[in-house]
Amino acid sequence: MTANPIVSIAGLNKWYGDFHVLRDIDIDVGRGERIVICGPSGSGKSTLIRCINALEEFQEGRIVVDDIELGPNLRRVDEVRREVGMVFQSFNLFPHLTVLENCTLAPIWARNLPKKDAEATAMKYLERVKIPQQANKYPGQMSGGQQQRVAIARALTMNPKVMLFDEPTSALDPEMVKEVLDTMVDLANEGMTMLVVTHEMGFAREVADRVVFMDAGQIIEANTPANFFANPQHARTKLFLSQILR
Amino acid sequence: MNEMTRIAYVRQELVEGRPAPVKTTGVIGFLRTRLLNSPTNILITIASAVLLWSIIAASIKFLLVDAVWSGKDRTACLAENAGHPVGACWPFIQAKFSQFIYGFYPEAQRWRVNLTFFLAAMLLLPLLIPRLPAKAINAGLFFLGFPVVAFFLLHGGGIDGFALSWAANLLSDFTSSVVEAGSAVSRAGASLGERNALLGLLLHSLGWLVSGIGAALHYLIAPLTWTSNQIQASGQAVWIDLAATAAAASILLFWLSGGTRTGWRPLVFSLLSFAGIGIVIVVLGLDRGGLPVVDTRLWGGLLVTLVVSVTGIVASMPVGIALALGRRSTIPLIRIFSVTFIELWRGVPLITVLFFATYMLPLFLPAGFSVDGLVRALIGIALFAGAYQAEVIRGGLQAIPRGQVEAASALGLSWWKTTALVVMPQALRHVIPGLVNSFIALFKDTSLVSIVALFDLLGQLRASFSDPTWATPTTLFTGFAFTGMIYFAFCFGMSRYSLLVENRLNAHRRN
Repeated sequence: MTANPIVSIAGLNKWYGDFHVLRDIDIDVGRGERIVICGPSGSGKSTLIRCINALEEFQEGRIVVDDIELGPNLRRVDEVRREVGMVFQSFNLFPHLTVLENCTLAPIWARNLPKKDAEATAMKYLERVKIPQQANKYPGQMSGGQQQRVAIARALTMNPKVMLFDEPTSALDPEMVKEVLDTMVDLANEGMTMLVVTHEMGFAREVADRVVFMDAGQIIEANTPANFFANPQHARTKLFLSQILR
Repeated sequence: MNEMTRIAYVRQELVEGRPAPVKTTGVIGFLRTRLLNSPTNILITIASAVLLWSIIAASIKFLLVDAVWSGKDRTACLAENAGHPVGACWPFIQAKFSQFIYGFYPEAQRWRVNLTFFLAAMLLLPLLIPRLPAKAINAGLFFLGFPVVAFFLLHGGGIDGFALSWAANLLSDFTSSVVEAGSAVSRAGASLGERNALLGLLLHSLGWLVSGIGAALHYLIAPLTWTSNQIQASGQAVWIDLAATAAAASILLFWLSGGTRTGWRPLVFSLLSFAGIGIVIVVLGLDRGGLPVVDTRLWGGLLVTLVVSVTGIVASMPVGIALALGRRSTIPLIRIFSVTFIELWRGVPLITVLFFATYMLPLFLPAGFSVDGLVRALIGIALFAGAYQAEVIRGGLQAIPRGQVEAASALGLSWWKTTALVVMPQALRHVIPGLVNSFIALFKDTSLVSIVALFDLLGQLRASFSDPTWATPTTLFTGFAFTGMIYFAFCFGMSRYSLLVENRLNAHRRN
């Protein structure tokens, strides 16, 4: 599909017990490509992107991230996780550490960076998400939107080549969605490869190179945003779009 | 009504916040709203005041007003001599005070106990005050250095070698026991061969094989034993051994931490540590036999209470953490071991553990291999407390959302680092009240060691009751009041300090 993809998923199948949650997933993500994954809840969107950084095991198929192959036995987990950053729905900041410590923990302990360098890098990314003045606060003292921006900065401090977003704005108050989406748009404009699970169709229209629609563990339809929204092909896609775009 | 029917409403100016009416705050507010706000509450307040008055007044009367403050023996504390009803008999405490603190520790050597207490306070206090710097070095000194120093200070005795000699001794003991076991098996095989040729031959060759392995091991460690023998023969065994160990350990550390590129700090640190050990050896004269040995059977009083409880508290934490993690492990063998261990130790009373450790364990150990009675009790208590702590800590681990582990994994942190940096700090914070609860319970449970012939504070007190010089009607009450105050001071201190730590560590929960 794409020449020299950075993420390549082929024949991916996953079961929770007897429940077939991902079925024959094939998708390539090009370098710098932005993909929005949407679909009804329970369709396997989150499970799919969690397979990419091995937070979930899978039983069949293969995932290659930047030439590192992740088979079902997940032997090269650590290498893959170094390439892939992730932002979660519930932020998952470490509540016992300050914002700055959240952002320096992994560089210091997983990359063996000296503390000074790690702090400088962290401050650089905190400035990029526009909250450097909050560096010494604890996550519990910040708003949801600020916390999610810290989470983005924290993932960026590890210099990932791919960023995964698992419904990053779903847990936010409506007033705070925009600040997080703006941060993600900035990131996209800088050329980061992004896989975003979201229901923000405005974001998909504005930023995505490709929109992927999933249902019942399968990819139903994938297309450019313009075509996807104006001219959906599959009946299931049409139904989904009619539900959310009213 | 007209106002309410108007639907559209636009506020013209925002309302400023103003202070609450005076009557709900301050002392008067407290009295009115909490103590005297309803007829029932007024009754309860009056009843409580009467109860409090009777308790406090009676205690003050017994402990201070009616108390006898000086005297040489029981006669001072008798009502007919004092001329009034006698309360606390403080001269009894004065007379027995040193016993309560030191037990039967020889009087001339008691400075060693004092010095140990002093060292402990000097190392512990800075550790407990959050503002002071150098926590890592301080903790290292208190948890690693201090126990060793305290052992040689309190117990006495010296050393005739260092790590190299100990390792050589241990290994050569091990190999010779392997050889012995092998020859025993082969002899058994030979005698069995008279009745059953095949089985005898099998057993004989098995024994021969085992002794062969033992002999091979013996040759394998020959360089080490040779070096150790040379060191022992040199006349300055301790110092040469220390130097050799220091060099070996430092070079190993230097190499492991990345050599010349980043390794200078560990090297300097390691050499400084060994220099510190050297200074301790000189000061305590360990290479020349050390201080006179004071057998642990002579220890007693607060000394034993503190040694047992501090060791128990400090040792139970790593045991508890390891067991709690083990119980949640995905590896079946580790999980089964942890569950069995925890349930076994929690399923038996502490008294049984102490009895077993003191009187039955020696029967199972090989002859000539003895462990000091106090140490046996210490190990029993540490493992017992560890099993309890494990369950408390497991409660904390369960409170950590899965997302925390996932976030740490997604950042590329390994299981060990995730556990040490993200999960455990949060889990332990959650369970500080439970942990301190166990600490306090353990501190008081140490009085059970008196049933295995160790005289802790309470044991020493009970022993002193049998002294006819001080047999008065109030001796018993005075003694228990005094030790009760000591126990209370320690437990209350722990409780207060834990509150302080909780408030400080939970700063992140204040929004």
